[in-house]
Order: sequence, then C-alpha cells, then structure tokens
Amino acid sequence: MAVLTATTQPKRGRHGGGHEAGPQSALGNALAYAVAVVIVVVTIVPLLYVFLGGFRTTAQINENPSGLPSPWVWANYKAVVTSSSFWHFLLNSAVIAIIATVLTVGLGAMAAFALSRYVFRGREALFALFTIGLLFPLTVAALPLYLQLRRLGMLENLWGVAIPEAAFSLSITIVILRPFMRAIPGELEDAAVVDGTSRLGFFWRVLLPLSAPALTTVGVLAFVTSWNFYILPLLVFNEQIHFTLPLGVATFQSQYSVDTARVFAFTALSMLPTLCFFVVAQRRIVGGLTGAVKG
Amino acid sequence: MSTQSRTTTRPGEPGPGVGPSGEALGPDRAKARSGPRSSLRQRTELTILLGPALVLFVGFVLVPIAVAVYYSIYKWNGFGPLKDVVGFGNYRRALTDTVFLHSIIHNVIIAGLSLLIQLPLSIGIALLLNRKIRGRTFLRLVVFAPYVLSSAVTAVMWSLMLQPGGFIDHLSKAVGIGAHTWLADIHIVLYTIFVVASWQYMGFGIVLLLAGLQGIPSELREAAALDGATAWQTTRMVILPLLGPTIRIWIFLSMIGSLQLFDLPWIMTGGGPANASSTMSTYLIDKGFHSYEFGYGSAVAVILFVICFVFALLYQRFALRRDTQGALTRMVR
Repeated sequence: MAVLTATTQPKRGRHGGGHEAGPQSALGNALAYAVAVVIVVVTIVPLLYVFLGGFRTTAQINENPSGLPSPWVWANYKAVVTSSSFWHFLLNSAVIAIIATVLTVGLGAMAAFALSRYVFRGREALFALFTIGLLFPLTVAALPLYLQLRRLGMLENLWGVAIPEAAFSLSITIVILRPFMRAIPGELEDAAVVDGTSRLGFFWRVLLPLSAPALTTVGVLAFVTSWNFYILPLLVFNEQIHFTLPLGVATFQSQYSVDTARVFAFTALSMLPTLCFFVVAQRRIVGGLTGAVKG
Repeated sequence: MSTQSRTTTRPGEPGPGVGPSGEALGPDRAKARSGPRSSLRQRTELTILLGPALVLFVGFVLVPIAVAVYYSIYKWNGFGPLKDVVGFGNYRRALTDTVFLHSIIHNVIIAGLSLLIQLPLSIGIALLLNRKIRGRTFLRLVVFAPYVLSSAVTAVMWSLMLQPGGFIDHLSKAVGIGAHTWLADIHIVLYTIFVVASWQYMGFGIVLLLAGLQGIPSELREAAALDGATAWQTTRMVILPLLGPTIRIWIFLSMIGSLQLFDLPWIMTGGGPANASSTMSTYLIDKGFHSYEFGYGSAVAVILFVICFVFALLYQRFALRRDTQGALTRMVR
C-alpha cells in the first residue's frame, strides 16, 4: 500500500483528480453530455421560471402559466424592493447568521483546542458529549427547545434563534476541528513556548491562523445552515418585524396568494443573495459542505 | 487523519505544555512535571476555553431534551403549573394514534424512495459525469445550487409551479401524463414532495459521490483493464466497492434528512390533505403549537429523539464503523 501511496500522491496533488475514465468511448461521452444537459435544464428551469414570473402580471400568469413575460413588467420587483419588510427580513437573516457563525466558530475553536491539545481527566467523555449533537437534528428538538427559550424569556429575540443554532452547530464544528488541530505538529507549540508565549497565546497567534482552512469550512457550514433555517424562526418569532428571509417568503406566499406575480418577485429576490454568495464563494461552499461530511 | 496525530513526539518538552502526543503522557505524569501552580493555571485555561461552549451546548441541546422527558409525563397546555400526571399515557396515546403512525410511515416511505431511486440514480450520474467533459466546473456549480437554497424558498417556488393548471400541469400535459392536483390528491402528494426534495438534495449527493470517485486512483482502473476486465466489471468490482465509504455516508445523511423532513410538507401542504403528507416533525409541531398540547408534544419529541438516536447509533455501529477500520481508501489516502 505504501508504494501505491507514493506513486499516486504527487500526481493527484497537482491535478486534483485521481480516477478518470481512461480510453473514453465516444458513446459514453455522448451519453455524459446528454445527461449533463438534462441535469442543467431540470435544475435551472424552475429557478428561471420564478425569476421570469416576477416580470409578468398575475393576469399574464393566470392566462398562460408557461409563457414568457409580454410585456415585461418591473412593477412587482419594484414593489418588493421598495417595501420595508423585504429589507427587514434580509437584515434579520444576516444578523442572525453572523451571530450564529461567530459564536459557532469562536466557541467551537476554543473547545476544540482544549479537547485536542490539553490532557485532562474526562477529556474523551467530554468530546463524546459534544458528539451527541450529531445524532439528532434540531428539527427533532424544536418543541423542547421552544419551551426552553420561553422559560429563558428569549422569544421574539434574534439571539433566541442565533444561540440555539450555534449550540447545535458546535458538534460538527468540534468534530471537524479537533483532528485538524491535533495534526498540527507539537514542535510549533514547543517553539512558541520557548519564545515565551503562553498556551493561550499559542492558540491565538499560531494555531488559529494555521487552522484557517478548517475554520472556513465550519464557518461556511454554520452560515449556510443558519441563513436557510426555517423551523426555529417559525417557532420563536410571531411579529413580522423579526422574521428571517425563509420565514418571510413562506408567510408572504400565504398573505399575497391572490397577487401571484408579486409572490414570484419576492421569492426570486429572496433567492438572489444566496445564489450570488454561492457563485462568488462556490469553491469554498462546495468544498466546505461536502468536506464537512467526508470527515 | 488519526495516524498523523500519533507521530508527533516531543522530547524535552519545556513548561506545562502537553500537546497532541498527550495520550502517551497520561494526566498523572503531566501533573507531576508541572506542579500545582500550573495545574491551577491549566484548570483556569480549560475553564475559559471549554466553559462557554459547554454552557451553550448543555443549555440549548441537552437540557431541553432532558426537560422534554419530564414534561412528557404530564398533560399540559403550556400554561399554568404542571400537575396533571398521566405517566406513560402520552406515549401510549402517540403510539396508538393512527395519524402519528402514518406520519412515521410517510418518513419511512421517503427514506425508502431515497434509497431505491435517488441513490442508484445519483451513483449512475456521478459515474457518467466523472470523465473529462467540457464545462465540468460549471456543471458541478449548477448541480449543487439547489442545495444552498433555503428549503422554505424551494417549497414556495414549487408551490407556485404546482398550482392547478400551472406550469407543471402544462408540462405534464405536453408529455402525456396529464394534469393532476399534485398537492391536493392524497395518493400523489407524498410523491410530489419526494420529487421536490430530490430536486433540492440530489445535487449535493452527486457532488459528494463525485468527490469520492476522484479519490479512487486511476491506477486501479488501469490495472483492472490490463487484467481484461470490461468497463462494467471494473465499475462493479473495483469502483463501487471503493466508493463504499462515500455511499455509506450518503445513506446516513439521506436517512437523517428523511427523518427530519419538515419545511417542504409544512409549507407546501401543511401535512395535508387529510394528513396524507404529514411527517413526524409536522405532526410534532402541529400538536405542540396548534393544539397547545405541550405535554403530549414533548412525548412525541422524545419518541422522535429516540428513533433518530437509535438509528444513528446502529448505523454507526454496523455500517460506518467499517470505514474507520482501515478500508482500502483510507490507506491509499
């Protein structure tokens, strides 16, 4: 096996891809392209349909659901962009996602540092405790969590959503960060100590910068999870002023069910930040989300 | 990963620092070397580092579940004191409630469909796309995109398209399936939701499988070809077994996802019509919030928790564990 590792390693390092089809059959290629086209169409058409629907009037949509805008109407998008609720939802989503991400990454990194580079009694038990969170999703705990938040007086409060999200993200964060921090050579810590740094100083000045890739992964994971979360805001918020974007879209749909065109525009605009963020940071997002589960 | 951390040994370690090689030292030796003062210091540092995370985790993950167990033996509307003890009455009621049992079956159907339809399809697509075709990066981007959308937004988007006489009806008429009330027919609605869930989540699985395929060295495939294996044989005997760990993780994520399905049915149908698309979570939220039966809702939550917990433990014990015991891919990696 060691031989195999030695021969494959450098090659994979440069090109990033290991196994490719060797002699490619023309038929296989044609089939691959055909499937690729089908996938792209199936994925994009619904998105496109919603964006285009926003440029039509409700009358146009009712008359022919699958037609193109004729004439193109800007009124729906304009109405959404000039309404304060859309911006409120957007802001709330951003604030909550940022708080949740900062808490998750910050506290998760601190805990992972303690669990990876300190020796103390009960360390493995503590780590096992944190992994419990991997075994069940927040959705399952939603009702008990709601009762807990009510007891603590955290309903109708952005923190009441951000903090539990961070708490539930801690498990995966620590599970990802701990092996990463462990793998950083001890010599670096020795050197830091010789230079007169405390262990916390080593954590802050050496370990955290070196852990940047792993921190990005867990950060992306926490942010995307929080940004898209629906059930917790649904339970915690009653007043529309606090709503997040997913909750706002779902509510808007039921409120303006008569004005279909505006629902189209609202839905399209609510997807826009996510899709833009995704296109800009796609490498990190895809790598982060798939890398997180590969362990 | 784990092998790397063991290689770091640190002779003549100055100060109280104990690094990743710590297991070898053991707590007693570390203490003996560092003395009581640094032991106090270590304890302070540990408190600073672990305290906040622990408070958050215990307070918002563990305590709510524990308290739910306590609530679950009461009949309680969420207000006023807990005084009406019903013991296991709530559990008995849940496990004999046909709506709840049907909700569980719906989750199981979704999970089964994922295994039978999504998984083979995803593997097939991933195998097909794992070749040098033009626009692969773009393809990966597009395939992955639905996954980053909020499932609430996905639900609204598809509701718009699935309206009676809407876009999907037009399409289905064009291909000869005919128009249906996709979200209002009790025989169809669950499958409609499954299709929407597939649209959102399959891309993620495909990208995951593609990453797994990239990790298989081309030498193995070439060796199989030299030995005279056909493409199909190579795929079946070499590629798929090596893809095993990725497939098992795919299954795990898919099952956990199926168990917690909430946003799509809740927004698209509210679990209806006539509970035909209810899931365990929609049932839970429906009972807890719309009927103000918090004691009963807590019992349901505990049951869901136990189901997830048992599934995850069993799966890790019997399926995922094999991956940690030196599967070929690990050594190659």
